[in-house]
Amino acid sequence: MNQHHYLPHTEADIARMLARCGASSLDDFYSDVEPDLRIKKPYDVCPGMSEPELDAYMRRLSSANRELICFAGGGFYHHHTPAAVEAITSRSEFLTAYTPYQPEISQGTLQYIFEYQSMMAELTGLDVSNASMYDGATATAEAMIMAVASARKKRRVLISATINPAVAAVVGTYAAGAGITVETIPEHEGITDRTAFTEMLGSGDVAGVIVASPNYYGILEDYSGWADECHAVKALLIMNCHASALGVIRTPGEWGADIACGEAQSLGIPLNYGGPGLGYLCARRDLMRKMPGRIVGATTDADGQRVFVLTLQAREQHIRRQKATSNICSNQGIMTLHAAAYLSLMGSEGLAEVNRLGSEAMHSLAEKLCATGRMSLLYPGRTFLNETAFKINRPLDADRIIDSLADHGILAGIKLDDDAILVAATEMCSPADIDRYVSLVNNL
Amino acid sequence: MNRQLYSKLIFDLSHEGRRGYSLPEFDYGITSSIPDNLRRESAPKLPEADELTVVRHYTNSSTNNFGVDTGFYPLGSCTMKYNPKADERAVTLCGIGHLHPAAPASTVQGALEIYHVLQKYLSEIGGMAEFTLNPFAGAHGEYTGLMVIRAWHLSHDGGETRRKVLVPDSAHGTNPASAAMAGFEIEEVKSMPDGTVDVDDLRSKLDSSVAAMMMTNPNTVGMFEKNIPEIARMVHEAGALMYYDGANLNPMLGVCRPGDMGFDVMHINLHKTFATPHGGGGPGAGPVGVRAGLEKFLPVPRVVRDNDGTYRITGLPDSCGRVSSWLGNYSVFVKALCYILSMGAEGLAKVGPLATLNANYIMHSLCDLYELPIKGPCKHEFVFDGLKDKSTGVTTMNVAKRLLDFGFHAPTIYFPLLFHESMMIEPTETESPETIDAFIDVMRTIAREASETPEMLIEAPHNTPMRHPDENEAALHPVVTLRDLCSKQI
Repeated sequence: MNQHHYLPHTEADIARMLARCGASSLDDFYSDVEPDLRIKKPYDVCPGMSEPELDAYMRRLSSANRELICFAGGGFYHHHTPAAVEAITSRSEFLTAYTPYQPEISQGTLQYIFEYQSMMAELTGLDVSNASMYDGATATAEAMIMAVASARKKRRVLISATINPAVAAVVGTYAAGAGITVETIPEHEGITDRTAFTEMLGSGDVAGVIVASPNYYGILEDYSGWADECHAVKALLIMNCHASALGVIRTPGEWGADIACGEAQSLGIPLNYGGPGLGYLCARRDLMRKMPGRIVGATTDADGQRVFVLTLQAREQHIRRQKATSNICSNQGIMTLHAAAYLSLMGSEGLAEVNRLGSEAMHSLAEKLCATGRMSLLYPGRTFLNETAFKINRPLDADRIIDSLADHGILAGIKLDDDAILVAATEMCSPADIDRYVSLVNNL
Repeated sequence: MNRQLYSKLIFDLSHEGRRGYSLPEFDYGITSSIPDNLRRESAPKLPEADELTVVRHYTNSSTNNFGVDTGFYPLGSCTMKYNPKADERAVTLCGIGHLHPAAPASTVQGALEIYHVLQKYLSEIGGMAEFTLNPFAGAHGEYTGLMVIRAWHLSHDGGETRRKVLVPDSAHGTNPASAAMAGFEIEEVKSMPDGTVDVDDLRSKLDSSVAAMMMTNPNTVGMFEKNIPEIARMVHEAGALMYYDGANLNPMLGVCRPGDMGFDVMHINLHKTFATPHGGGGPGAGPVGVRAGLEKFLPVPRVVRDNDGTYRITGLPDSCGRVSSWLGNYSVFVKALCYILSMGAEGLAKVGPLATLNANYIMHSLCDLYELPIKGPCKHEFVFDGLKDKSTGVTTMNVAKRLLDFGFHAPTIYFPLLFHESMMIEPTETESPETIDAFIDVMRTIAREASETPEMLIEAPHNTPMRHPDENEAALHPVVTLRDLCSKQI
């Protein structure tokens, strides 16, 4: 038997251990598995690779990828990840720990989750945060379920057409499972139709309203008065925001929203082809006991020290089973450490700077692209930050732009339809990158 | 592990004017501003700190944490095996770091190959036709699998009347919780004294209202459900489907495949069986596999391989829907694939039997001092119902906390709910016999302490950075943010 470097048992070890168990072979432990059920032949997977071979295999895969200068967003943005954040999150005391069920030996994990919760509450302007959800879409679906659970018998939820369609799709899946009716508030020139919202809300039985800021098109909508309208009919206002923008935009708390949720990948988490990101969920204090997932709280120990524990666990599946607020168990764990370390390094000034750079890059690109006459703003006159949608003038179309620019090392954006494209910029896009984007479009 | 509590928060180290970031000073030749009504009123209160302060803070904090790299972690049903370092490095080597998920397929062929190859290997190991890797965690996999089952029933006559999901009373809490989220009613199936499913009780609950039976095999007491072919036959005859909770897949590696046991839908916890780190709670991944005939109900988006060997992303008209923004926790897939590549068929086949050997060895070495309610060879884990000597007043909680003093993580305690003093021990195959022997010695020492100095055990732990947190106070008056803390002054 070849000794594998992850498996310590030698033949002699196995023989000694079997003897203590009164067994003559490892097979004896499986005498209750019918022979019919047993695997008859080795798995049809590769033969084992040595570590150098594994490294080479991974490098080969890498050569089949082409890294592009990223002008795509749609909820995932290419921001800089500080080296210190990577160093901190790769500490194996953090990385190889389980959920902190034993607080005595898990203060490291519990402390960073508490810091993360504090920072997210600060960013959203709400009272409480949980210890993360899977991604922005599932966080929004869970926010919907919270709203319905708070409303008791009402099972109707409104969602704006201007929200990211992938988020709307996940919300739709969860609604179908939970027997919730989701209706879409139509959009008008890139923003949610206010009149339609009022009418739909007025027709009764609405438990919650889900809107986005910035919305899918990168537009900052004016939600003045929305919370009051929702609250007048005892509906909750849920706002989906991407986390980095919360450093500068009017917060869900300031708009009067009850729940904030969304994707926090923008807090310097690497793109990693779409995951792991980080779903966040924050709420008003009176909704805390309806929240899904882990929550960390501060308390004192026998020696009077300030310490941290998992709290309000009576909401969770391991205690309440089918009556739990959610089925979530594993969350995005170490990604909250990523967010906490990132926000600690950036501070509010750094976060504002990232937003300023992204916004100026995008406005510069927009101005220059519009000047080519080949593209124009899809929704002119709206306020946007680092992302906006363009209309493409024929004979150009979205596929042609995306494919041609990809050939030249640039990811041009996300196709909305044949004649429209969603483009984002961050501090990773230099003025030279922007000029190159524009000149490539000009030469098409 | 550092026995001194490092209790500072990063906010305690904040100093006005310090800066921990480094950003380019690009001049884009344009200024942009946010109108007052759309701008936040005041800057968020975040720490202001230089880089070393931040690095030192988290490094010190990490020394109060216990991971698999720190020591033995026999947490039942969690499969805390070694997380290989090569797998971590591979995430960088394979070049997915800067790939945006909306990039044209032609530019991400390497990334898509990872998805395709891993789903193919998991299908082989699970005995399934096809997998989706999109679900983010085990519970999310359960939810997804149940939505697949729901879609399958809805595509059949009378499917809408199948409102019930059966779960054994020994099931993981996520099973009933996931079924409830997918809109099902939950009915519990009783266990026999040996911890396996009571087939008669199951029979009495099977009718045309049942959509699925959820099981893990081996179950949460570590026993193989030997009646599984019979159970699957009964469930299928009733027109329902069999769901396999892959949390306990590890001991089946090299032995038996869920598909061959008669399961139709399953999930795998990559962060358990396939050695990706638990990350203090996540991210994990919960790929879902289905037998032939159910593929078209899998969630979107899907990755497919065309005849010319290229990969692309596509939808599915009959899909149960979308459960994730993109394709899931991608870097976790890289690590799991590396684990499979490194183990190979031969290595994987040893995993189940060696994990089972470690568990049986501990069970045999301690069952004279700890109450073993269910006899017979266990699989990857087993359950003690506390100490054998019940006269000492020492509880499972006390034993668990005392283990921390000796540098071991505690087992899973007070689960499964079948016994009052459950102590669920899962050693995994990556622990050496010396580590296992050391754990046994300590467990025997603790049993001796229980009769000689029980009060000392009841007060345990003694050597950890903190002891006896006031959990009641934490729940009664929750302090969950810095703002709460400042107003409460703990």
